[in-house]
Amino acid sequence: MPLLSTDSLPGHRVTFGADQPLKLDSGITLAPYTIAYQTYGRLNEQRSNAILVCHALTGDQFVAETHPVTGRPGWWEAVVGPGKLIDTDRFFVICANVIGGCMGTTGPREINPATGKVFGTKFPVITIGDMVRAQARLLDHLGIEQLFCVIGGSMGGMQALEWASKFPKRVFAAVPIACATYHSAQNIAFHEVGRQAIMADPNWCSGNYIARGKNPTKGLAVARMAAHITYLSEAALTRKFGRRLQDRDMVTYGFDADFEVESYLRHQGITFVERFDANSYLYITRAMDYFDMEAEHGTVAKAFADTSVRFCVISFTSDWLFPTSESREIVHALNAAGANVSFVEIATDKGHDAFLLDEPEFHKTLGGFLDGCCEHRGLPRR
Amino acid sequence: MTATVRARADLRPDLQHIADMIAPNSRALDIGCGDGALLEYLVHAKQCDGRGVELSQTGVHACVSHGLSVIQGDADTDLEHYPDQAFDYVVLSQTLQATRQPHVVLSHLVRIGRHAIVSITNVGYWRTRLSLLIQGRMPIVGAPDHRWYDSPNIHLCTTRDFLDLCKELDFVVERGLSIDRRGSARQVTMIDRLANLRDEQGIFMLSRAKR
Repeated sequence: MPLLSTDSLPGHRVTFGADQPLKLDSGITLAPYTIAYQTYGRLNEQRSNAILVCHALTGDQFVAETHPVTGRPGWWEAVVGPGKLIDTDRFFVICANVIGGCMGTTGPREINPATGKVFGTKFPVITIGDMVRAQARLLDHLGIEQLFCVIGGSMGGMQALEWASKFPKRVFAAVPIACATYHSAQNIAFHEVGRQAIMADPNWCSGNYIARGKNPTKGLAVARMAAHITYLSEAALTRKFGRRLQDRDMVTYGFDADFEVESYLRHQGITFVERFDANSYLYITRAMDYFDMEAEHGTVAKAFADTSVRFCVISFTSDWLFPTSESREIVHALNAAGANVSFVEIATDKGHDAFLLDEPEFHKTLGGFLDGCCEHRGLPRR
Repeated sequence: MTATVRARADLRPDLQHIADMIAPNSRALDIGCGDGALLEYLVHAKQCDGRGVELSQTGVHACVSHGLSVIQGDADTDLEHYPDQAFDYVVLSQTLQATRQPHVVLSHLVRIGRHAIVSITNVGYWRTRLSLLIQGRMPIVGAPDHRWYDSPNIHLCTTRDFLDLCKELDFVVERGLSIDRRGSARQVTMIDRLANLRDEQGIFMLSRAKR
């Protein structure tokens, strides 16, 4: 079943024409292109209270409202909203679907204006740097010179780091959560498994499934299932499911979902394909794989030389996708650069996904950091 | 939740002595900053650009949620990444005895900071000596909630030991304060044997020898 058209999605769009092309890291120029984004709260008179929330691999711009496709709560409603930590009564919150995404921003599922056909795998390979450059254009469009804060977890954290590195004057504070300055070999390996699962689905049709009226949902679901395991932890899986059986008293000696954990993963796969485009998954995983600040700058410290950005780096003890050791590397590089940095490792068994969940210690830390930054920036505190 | 500036009177006496050694508007790094009492004072009362390093999660949480710039880290492993002379002052208060390699840590302090301020608990204090002599049991120094086998303090020393090490490492001891039980301070010099017996704590400002 094909995905619903993005035309009907709520929220804002801005299209940058041929006169404002986006020069991609690959050397290719993208024009025109559209960014779909959501905003919450009001920009103050000084235009100093904007927070850019960067979404993760499979996130989107619907950060703090009911998702228009799934009907589920926004992906970070635990943190963003009126009276929440990222208080939309005080801050102007922006969240944009990344370049290469599938929720209205230009990506492989949209029409290539040059050919009148769906981009598919003709879409250029994009990078974290490209995503951030496109977001900078969006800020220009919104008339925001400097963000109060750029924040994100996982791939969103990579974007926060990239923002601070490439546009230090446009960022007052940055909060990279559960991320790293590079994608590790293990993470690239997991992404490759996901991509191969998609490409092995006969409905992928070499990337042309939309034109053929097909959708590689089986492959995409397997990709999601494999990835989802990496977002949790062994302890969390054991706590949530153990070896419990799904609606039965004994194993069936077959390949049905006997175990609760199997049923859960299948559900994750099935619901994911209703809202996500398989080619987008290929492109965005690639963007993460290519991220490597050391390769780009020589040392990570050079990427942040003389930065005035205030950083708060946060990691989670049970995150094995972006382990604390990788956050510590960020901190060491920032220390070497003389940056103003706070770093907290939160004890939790919830794995990588802990940043999306209700983790009181995490929220306390984040709230305190933002309060401190408000004081320095002359914004009202909680 | 608002970060209240701790009043001067609220600072632990040894921390107040350290704070008094630090010039306003300077850059200071507090290693083993605990709940951030000194750091908060330096930032708010002395307008310092203050940063901290703290091992315990509760300490780091307390600091960061009060808006202080503190990283969760370890004096033994996280100092090598700081560039030379990055701070005007590097403070290590009541932490040296808990490090695995005090001499290495001290060398980093004078490398990272133009001045290093180190406070130690003096095991040569007469009450400590007497308690060992009379009771025949390992004195519990600097960690009253612990026993000898679970104390974090693995490298305790006397004031005299400490000053000997400074000499060995070729540090300049710019200032020395010896703190008695009531918290009042006296200047000490390299050769002050009496302070080693009389006073419970020592605070020293060190720097790297000019070459």
